[in-house]
Amino acid sequence: MKTETKQTVTASGTGSSEKWLRMYRGMEMIRLFEEQVNELYTRAVMPGLAHLYIGEEAVAVGICDALHRDDYITSTHRGHGHCLAKGAATDRMFAELLGKEAGYCRGKGGSMHIADPASGNLGANAIVGGSAGIATGAAFSAKHRGTKQVAVCFFGEGALGQGLLYEVMNLARLWNLPVIYVCENNMYNEYTHFSETTAGEILARPAAFGIPAESVDGQDVRAVHAAASHMIEEARAGKGPSFLLCNTYRYHGHHVGDVSREYYRAKQEEVQWKAERDPIKVLSGWLLGEKIATQAQLDEIHSQAKSEIDAAVAFALQAPYPGTDQVGEDVYA
Amino acid sequence: MPEVAVRELTMAEAVREALSEEMRRDPTVFIMGEDVAEAGTPFKVLSGMVEEFGKTRVIDTPISEPGFTGIGVGAAMTGLRPVVDIMFGDFLTLVMDQLVNQAAKVHYMSGGAWKVPMVLRTTLGASRRSAAQHSQSLHAWLSHVPGLKVVLPSTPYDAKGLLKTAIRDDNPVIFFEDKMMFRMKGPVPVGDYTIPFGLADIKREGEDISIVATSSMVQVALGAATMLEEIGISAEVVDPRTTWPLDEKTLIESAKKTSRAIVLDEGYEKYGVTAEIASVIATGAFYDLDAPVKRIGAMHVPIPFSPPLEDATIPTEKMVFEAARAMCKRG
Ligand SMILES: Cc1ncc(C[n+]2csc(CCOP(=O)(O)OP(=O)(O)O)c2C)c(N)n1
Repeated sequence: MKTETKQTVTASGTGSSEKWLRMYRGMEMIRLFEEQVNELYTRAVMPGLAHLYIGEEAVAVGICDALHRDDYITSTHRGHGHCLAKGAATDRMFAELLGKEAGYCRGKGGSMHIADPASGNLGANAIVGGSAGIATGAAFSAKHRGTKQVAVCFFGEGALGQGLLYEVMNLARLWNLPVIYVCENNMYNEYTHFSETTAGEILARPAAFGIPAESVDGQDVRAVHAAASHMIEEARAGKGPSFLLCNTYRYHGHHVGDVSREYYRAKQEEVQWKAERDPIKVLSGWLLGEKIATQAQLDEIHSQAKSEIDAAVAFALQAPYPGTDQVGEDVYA
Repeated sequence: MPEVAVRELTMAEAVREALSEEMRRDPTVFIMGEDVAEAGTPFKVLSGMVEEFGKTRVIDTPISEPGFTGIGVGAAMTGLRPVVDIMFGDFLTLVMDQLVNQAAKVHYMSGGAWKVPMVLRTTLGASRRSAAQHSQSLHAWLSHVPGLKVVLPSTPYDAKGLLKTAIRDDNPVIFFEDKMMFRMKGPVPVGDYTIPFGLADIKREGEDISIVATSSMVQVALGAATMLEEIGISAEVVDPRTTWPLDEKTLIESAKKTSRAIVLDEGYEKYGVTAEIASVIATGAFYDLDAPVKRIGAMHVPIPFSPPLEDATIPTEKMVFEAARAMCKRG
């Protein structure tokens, strides 16, 4: 669960140890959640498509930890990490992924459409770039209502191809809206390297609208958190939008079925990211080095997270499917 | 057909063969879309094509559907024959301006001066548990627009012949492929043949009731026809193959012969393709009909994710069987 207020920290990480352990736990939760998704999908228990967030955990956790519970996010087809980091419960997440009535969307949305008003989650979106308008609209609304809430729009670098993003960035600057555009650059639009689809410098795009933009190491949760905290404060203080480019990597395929990846990225590249740039290892290395935590503490966090995930999976597996009488419900409010 | 070799191909292979043969025949034909080159699309429909035709003719694009569809329109107006690939039919919503306000109208607005010989290939169909933004069948939207032609192949044979016709047509053609059918096999002749637009195909002859079915629903209709046969009802299955142009004559003749008609399509039933076809039959076969024309389409809801819910929204063999039995007053 999120606390209502958060302190800002510097990149050197002088925040309380509690906070870093919370983020460590957050990343562990997402990793273990996604490993279960992989398992459930491979065993054909989970229907549809599964896009795993493994490798990118520091982005969602570093940013969402700097948000209040009533701040807004929009998410993507690779959205489990964002939803969990913003405060979704693992049991209802799994239930939704399996199409069960107890899920966040009563089984109607599935993996790519988790939405949760209680944690400010406006919804994951299966249209690339499709939520840029929604996030910017939520920021507009927060400003209009004078609530001091902010909105974070998560999207992959593939969404840089969508014209909508540029229309709303222009509007967000013109109208000084409290929105942070978070571009998760995991380098691949499905099976195509982003350099083949993206002209010029990414940061020059928000800069063209006069939107402050920064690039961070998306594998370092402390760096992500520091940059995001600053942008969120600025947005809350009425200074308008920002753009955060997080350089990251997805360990698995575009979706679970994407197993032979040699034709678009080298095995060696995957091995290297996992070995050298793993967000959980980067944080645990720092926590241990700075003596903020002991290995025993981290192990304890891991096993607690594991039990929670196991219980959540068990809950979802035994939960009933919605009755077909519900199919016509919810079309209109 | 004259004496030519015929082998079994999947729908995906038939599409690929049509494209490859056309690209060998005509150097102005090229393919453009997301992950079409090395990836050969997520459904692997285009596997191997970049190896043969190179990256200048099998072109990967950014995720910018309106942008590259617009480029397709401009390229088509100036001497090329683009085949634009829109990965999921749901993303048609993004390119509607390029199709509806640009491609469809250029020829007419210019008094016939310009033409747009472009094909846009995309998908339709639910049942893959892909939820509301990846499961729609939006072909009715495009059938509604003068200037566009709309093709809905239901077999590998039809896919190859119709796609060749689409590529050679001087108008913008939207070619819908059912995602669930890519691996379905059927006989396909080796070499060149085309199937004219606006020519329906009788997929099964029958006497008691006509089932007019499109794309993904042709197999459903054939399954229902088999079930009906067991209770002594002889069903004719008619596939219009193109919703525009529409072969009104064959549809009306079939209904006149059997005196009853069901129209079956995976798009939404409300304001859908079934409404237009039912109206054509009701008007054209009025004096020969023994029952009102029955329409069966998708339920009027966004396609849900959960398997039992999704299954409840899409027409099934059983639904068609029950409807036909009731209309024929049997059992
Ligand atoms: C408008 C639109 N076009 C195409 C797709 C198909 N598609 C789904 S994910 C994806 C790649 C997205 O890449 P990126 O935005 O970088 O996100 P990542 O998958 O890397 O997290 C594509 C092309 C889509 N869902 N929406």
